[in-house]
Amino acid sequence: MQELMGRARELLENGTVARVLGWRAGDQSYNPEPAFFENAVELEKLVYDGFCGANLSKYMIEASKLEGKTLVFLKPCDTYSFNQLIKEHRVDREKAYIIGVGCRGKLDMDQIRNQGIKGILNVSGTELQGPDEITVETIYGTKTVSYASAMLSRCHVCKGKDHVIYDELLGESADTKDADRFDEVAAIEAMTSEERFAFFRKELSKCIRCNACRNVCPACSCRKCVFDSTKFDSAQKANADSFEENMFHIIRAFHVAGRCTDCGECSRVCPQGIPLHLFNRKFIKDINTFYGEFQAGADIQEKGPLTNYTFEDVEPGIVAERG
Amino acid sequence: MFKIAKENLSALFRKIAGNRELYLPVKQAGQVNFAAWDEEAEVSLETLKTVKSGKDAFFPQCETLYTCKKEGKKIQIQAADRKEQDFVVFGMKACDVQGVKVLDNVFLSEPVDSFYASRREHGTIVALACNEPEESCFCKVFGIDAAEPAADVAAWLIDGELFWQPLTEKGEALTEEVRELLEDTEDGEVTEAKAAIRGIMDRLPNANLSLEGWNGEATQEKFDSPIWNDLYKACLGCGTCTFVCPTCQCYDIKDYTTSNGVQRYRCWDSCMFSDFTMMAHGNNRTSQLQRFRQRFMHKLVYYPANNNGMYSCVGCGRCVEKCPSGLNIVKVIKAFQGGDK
Repeated sequence: MQELMGRARELLENGTVARVLGWRAGDQSYNPEPAFFENAVELEKLVYDGFCGANLSKYMIEASKLEGKTLVFLKPCDTYSFNQLIKEHRVDREKAYIIGVGCRGKLDMDQIRNQGIKGILNVSGTELQGPDEITVETIYGTKTVSYASAMLSRCHVCKGKDHVIYDELLGESADTKDADRFDEVAAIEAMTSEERFAFFRKELSKCIRCNACRNVCPACSCRKCVFDSTKFDSAQKANADSFEENMFHIIRAFHVAGRCTDCGECSRVCPQGIPLHLFNRKFIKDINTFYGEFQAGADIQEKGPLTNYTFEDVEPGIVAERG
Repeated sequence: MFKIAKENLSALFRKIAGNRELYLPVKQAGQVNFAAWDEEAEVSLETLKTVKSGKDAFFPQCETLYTCKKEGKKIQIQAADRKEQDFVVFGMKACDVQGVKVLDNVFLSEPVDSFYASRREHGTIVALACNEPEESCFCKVFGIDAAEPAADVAAWLIDGELFWQPLTEKGEALTEEVRELLEDTEDGEVTEAKAAIRGIMDRLPNANLSLEGWNGEATQEKFDSPIWNDLYKACLGCGTCTFVCPTCQCYDIKDYTTSNGVQRYRCWDSCMFSDFTMMAHGNNRTSQLQRFRQRFMHKLVYYPANNNGMYSCVGCGRCVEKCPSGLNIVKVIKAFQGGDK
């Protein structure tokens, strides 16, 4: 963390960057927030630990409109989102100075609370170089939990330790992958269509239409979302018909198909714990099957399979054939 | 004071549900929210905080106000029914009950909202004391006692028994209905439990937050503060904080068009949304800073200004736990005190 702070101060002071986009320490040890820093005094509140799960790529859309460069800290998975945003001309590469920061998985307070831990006063040992166990001080005494058991589910299927775009790197990453990311999708594919429908209706009926999934999504970068338009019946907010609510997620999944990097932010932010990433991952799995392995955001040159026509493309009839 | 063994709670719910609708915390797809009771319901009274507060029982997220139907050249307009059946909301917490009082001041003052009023008239609240308040809780700051919810019936879950204390006429009436299932008991255990709850609350990090400077007279000073500029930037403009909030009361009215008519409905709105209070001339809050500021000014300044100093935050801490960007009202209050943001 000191390393990040020091380097950020240097780059601010020598004029390379005009501001820094990172995470600011919260009022508690477990609630930092994305923030911009413009001077050394503000930088004293910069933090980088296990609770810095928020993907900062999307904030670079606004930062790209500002004077001068913005130093942005990106974790390996965040860099895929950033590349994708470059590809879509939503961020300006020239306005970004990217420090790729090491990552050993990011933490989820719910995973800690789900282990029966209550009355939390402080969580420590969550820094990048920290121990395998984190220490949770509570009003009922001190508890420890393994770092891995408190990770966000997306970190268990991590894309890897490599940053796909950066100006410089700081800190070592660790392997956190201990599951195949398509296992969950395969389990759902194995259901009958009735079971599948029931599963998704049950999950989606929890939706409160807060739009957090859409607003956090780096692939959802339209200047004006169709769900915010007052010209259509598709407007945001709860609708009179629950099917309409469910359609919101389906439409969104279709819209980001082929562009979603599987950053997992949608599921991280959902207040109702809806596993929204499953929709996107199903599309990714199908794209891989139909067009060959493809990872959105892996580079900025390659054309996406859904935006590129070739004679080898599968026929639409594949959907009916496959059942 | 009455009590009932925990294993008899199903019988109690069955009895209540025999006469009235019964809403209580039910686990569905991994999350606990208020839902109608049935024999299969996975009731979770141990859950400290339902995701949504339970205000839906009185002010649903979405409700139809009237329906227009077209048949040939005839148009029929049918007003939606007001609530006519009695119901019980079981398991709200002290903060959520105070949340309903906040809504009362808005919807029961002239012009009275008849949809809300009919639900308040027919609804009876059985509130549970919070055995183990958590770090995000700060109801005490607003004078709320987590150990003693001020509802129609106050209840305590203590060691396998539910203690039951009617506090209002409605509470007495409900108690009478289920009297055969309750046994008389002394206050002793409840008195001890209350002391334990208050003891826990006092040790939580936000329980003694100071509200100094936040009141109905602070409008100009707080509104003009440069601090907001430093606070809002991480805000995604989603509606999470407003939709999990027990006191947020803003709604939008919209039309849902079907092939042969229109359903006019209202649904919760959020001051975080870009089209909030959009009017013919445009929008009076065009930036996220303005929208972000609105929410906290409403809770801590505008509402108290119009309601004899009563705040419209109840310290339930749901926004504290749920904000995707780690922003919340506690951070805002602290930032204005010059402390940690």
